[in-house]
Amino acid sequence: MYNFNYKKPSSISEAKSIFSSCDDASYIAGGMTLIPTLKQRLAMPSDLIDLSSISELKSIKVEEECITVGAMCSHKQISESDKIRTALPALSNLASMIGDPQVRNRGTIGGSVANSDPSADYPAALLSLNAKIYTSERTIDVEDFFIGLFETALNEGEIVTKISFPICEKASYKKFPNPASGYAVVGAFLSMKNDIIRVAITGAGPKVFRIKQMEEKLSKSFSTDSIKDIVVSHDDLNSDLHASSEYRSHLINVMVNRAVLELT
Amino acid sequence: MQISLVVNNKLESVDVEPRTLLVDLLREKLGLTGTHVGCDTSQCGACTVHLNSEAIKSCTILAAQAADQKITTIEGVANQDGSLHPIQESFRNNHGLQCGFCTPGMIMTSLKIIEKYKEKKVNEEIIRHELEGNFCRCTGYQSIVDSISDYLENSSEKL
Repeated sequence: MYNFNYKKPSSISEAKSIFSSCDDASYIAGGMTLIPTLKQRLAMPSDLIDLSSISELKSIKVEEECITVGAMCSHKQISESDKIRTALPALSNLASMIGDPQVRNRGTIGGSVANSDPSADYPAALLSLNAKIYTSERTIDVEDFFIGLFETALNEGEIVTKISFPICEKASYKKFPNPASGYAVVGAFLSMKNDIIRVAITGAGPKVFRIKQMEEKLSKSFSTDSIKDIVVSHDDLNSDLHASSEYRSHLINVMVNRAVLELT
Repeated sequence: MQISLVVNNKLESVDVEPRTLLVDLLREKLGLTGTHVGCDTSQCGACTVHLNSEAIKSCTILAAQAADQKITTIEGVANQDGSLHPIQESFRNNHGLQCGFCTPGMIMTSLKIIEKYKEKKVNEEIIRHELEGNFCRCTGYQSIVDSISDYLENSSEKL
């Protein structure tokens, strides 16, 4: 690890002002991705700004229409929150399948979302549920948030503060995890609200995406039969040592089918 | 930078670089070499310690991030008189270790498992899910799972 300065502000405004006074600062949330990245010397921030003492980033609020989760909530808090489990069990299940217990104790939803790893789990929930991302500057619709591989709409110095998920009638998240890391080789989040189905896929492409063809078919007839002929072309899918793009294309159908069967 | 933290109920004040990892502080500055470094990439769990009573991998947290907080390492688990904690006894009775390298991390994770499930029904699948962050290259895990389920089924000791 290259050396850096370490700062621990207690408010968002303090964090932002430290950021703007530094040469090349980086925020750190749980550090489950950033610390390994620093160890490999793939990043060389002049300063690390630790967001863990900012209490306003840690609340979970469940209202009639939506769940709002603070950016610094850990995967463990999200998976074990009784209020979330009652309102949106698919989100609790998703959080309980991330990494391993030690990682879930430290990793945060805000860190995961800001990192935009193509194999992260949360992006599928955000896109399927049509979430909103609140930042220190503005509110961003999920459709505008994920730009590409490790790339989001966040500007320099902008901090994700909370994420709100509209509550739906039914939802399911199914993933094919990498057996070592737990990352999604392919993950499918399917949600249903007022007869509108949204299918979001993570892990398969450079960023999370919807399959509108499947959504239309499932909205008309909610069965695995209605989507059996839909194939997502492997041309734009990821191919790496974990899985070829052809295999990922195949897994998309398998994971969506499992989600459909769970909700049938 | 100067930081203070409570390690195994003892207040420590140490000078660290901002980039010092918690595991390196524990092992090299405080001499607590029971916490092991297996992979140094947050996969194997040999470096598991408790931070404010949650199991974490001490190779993937800066010492500075743990400042002013409470750490428990394997050295803080046995009783004052040196006798083993009942979960350690259970590992011994069930042959839950062979080479022993992963054992400190396994014990630290097991302590959280038995705390979480002490009044709940638990099966092998749950124990294996909870152990996903700890690797063992000797035992094939069965004897580790047995050590934990034996404790949960038979121990009358309360934590």
